[in-house]
Amino acid sequence: MMQKLTNRSFIASDKKMTFRERIYLPAVLSGMAITLRHFFKKKVTISYPEQIREFSKVYRGQHVLKRDEQGRERCTACGLCAVACPAEAITMVAAERKPGEEHLYREEKYAKVYEINMLRCIFCGDCEEACPKEAIFLTDRIVEAKYKRMPFVYGKGLLVEPADPHKRVDISARQTSEVLKFKNDDRYAHNR
Amino acid sequence: MEASDILYKTVLLVIIMLITLLVAMYSTYGERKIAAYMQDRRGPNRAGPFGLLQPLADGIKMFMKEEIIPLSANAWLFILGPSLAMTTALLTGVVIPWGDTLIIGGKEFSLQITDLNIGILYVFAMVSIGVYGIMIGGWASNNKYALLSAIRAASQMISYELAMGISIISLILTTGTLSLHEIVQQQAGFHWNIFYQPLGFLIFLVCSLAETNRAPFDLPECETELIGGYHTEYSSMKLGFYLFAEYINMFISSAVIATLFLGGYNMPFLGSLGLSQNLTTMLGSFFFFLKILLVIFTFMWVRWTLPRFRYDQLMNLGWKGLMPLALFNFLATGIYYYFFVLK
Repeated sequence: MMQKLTNRSFIASDKKMTFRERIYLPAVLSGMAITLRHFFKKKVTISYPEQIREFSKVYRGQHVLKRDEQGRERCTACGLCAVACPAEAITMVAAERKPGEEHLYREEKYAKVYEINMLRCIFCGDCEEACPKEAIFLTDRIVEAKYKRMPFVYGKGLLVEPADPHKRVDISARQTSEVLKFKNDDRYAHNR
Repeated sequence: MEASDILYKTVLLVIIMLITLLVAMYSTYGERKIAAYMQDRRGPNRAGPFGLLQPLADGIKMFMKEEIIPLSANAWLFILGPSLAMTTALLTGVVIPWGDTLIIGGKEFSLQITDLNIGILYVFAMVSIGVYGIMIGGWASNNKYALLSAIRAASQMISYELAMGISIISLILTTGTLSLHEIVQQQAGFHWNIFYQPLGFLIFLVCSLAETNRAPFDLPECETELIGGYHTEYSSMKLGFYLFAEYINMFISSAVIATLFLGGYNMPFLGSLGLSQNLTTMLGSFFFFLKILLVIFTFMWVRWTLPRFRYDQLMNLGWKGLMPLALFNFLATGIYYYFFVLK
């Protein structure tokens, strides 16, 4: 026999109704008692614009492209995030760092164009996991709703965090020391 | 009739019509709120404080919608349907005693528009005509679903009006009058008819649900099977009239129930407070409306609790359940009065 999912299931049959069932009233009244109980219950609705549901600390929302301590972009346009992306939402164009741009880009190669299509993205976080340079992270920000499709393709302007140290996007909740240790652990194939 | 009487009656008529419309309007709001609360939701709360302007917004929306009369529909009857539904729904209010008498300038004024000596019959007549609104509208739409709904409405009306009528006959046996005013006066104190005719009350309540086409007996509307039934083809304010007439009917039905069974404007402690006549009357009317609202709440409560009856279940309940029960009640009341009261 199949395992029951709940203890409330019963086998339906078209047996003759008993007198109690035939006069409907007891069943009707017990049903009305149930609805009345619900009438006074606490409502589960969250009135959205005024009230916002508390997010998990590790919520996976809009991405951020991190800069390092000196304000240089960490991304080297290796393309691992684009490969890891199951929704194929990430595209990029790589470029070589010119002399005199050392204060902008951390390594010799950088992403000239980096685009995430937020309509394709499923916010799984695989890009973050794939990134060897700790450059991309998901944050607890929500991707804004728009009327057209094109604005959902986020370029570097929207993704890269501001260089101003006071305006950096905090990702400490997602990048704990345990996460870092896991990412650098040689025992896992992706780190070898 | 003197000029002052005519003026008074006209004013009263207008006031009661406005109150009826207002209550019907806010019944739609109440319905949605109650439905929401029973389903652990909040209900309309965006239009105005607590969503109180929602009925207004709905009304404006209805007016702004495009008026469509299908080509194959019978245009005159198509318009007549909702008009009839609305008119008959509003007409019933005139015999209901909304309160006792007011004394203005030494003259007595009754808060009932007209005290017909066959008040109950009048109510029944109006309610019966009301079904023509649905039938005509359903037939004139020239639509299968609408026609099915019209037929259902008619058959439902016939099967439930019988039981309702018989339960009323047993009530009349106890009251001895058909005038609603006198029936209310007899219930002064705590002698409410619900205690003398509990079975009759129950039958009347169930039949009222069927008469006003409300769940669990809303077979003529039946969104899932008949796509709205008789108002499938209707749009704009003609649709609004149908929906609105349903709420007016509910209000009037509740008023009739409160009048016949719940003591009307009587409240047991009201006479002993020693207040002036006018104040007592006003308070009585207030309690009358409170009772009406309570019955309306029960109507909605039932709607959001029970699923719709199947057509054959409905007929079974009407003819094999309520009808014999009503007859039994009638017979029992008759025997009791013949052997114990009249002797």
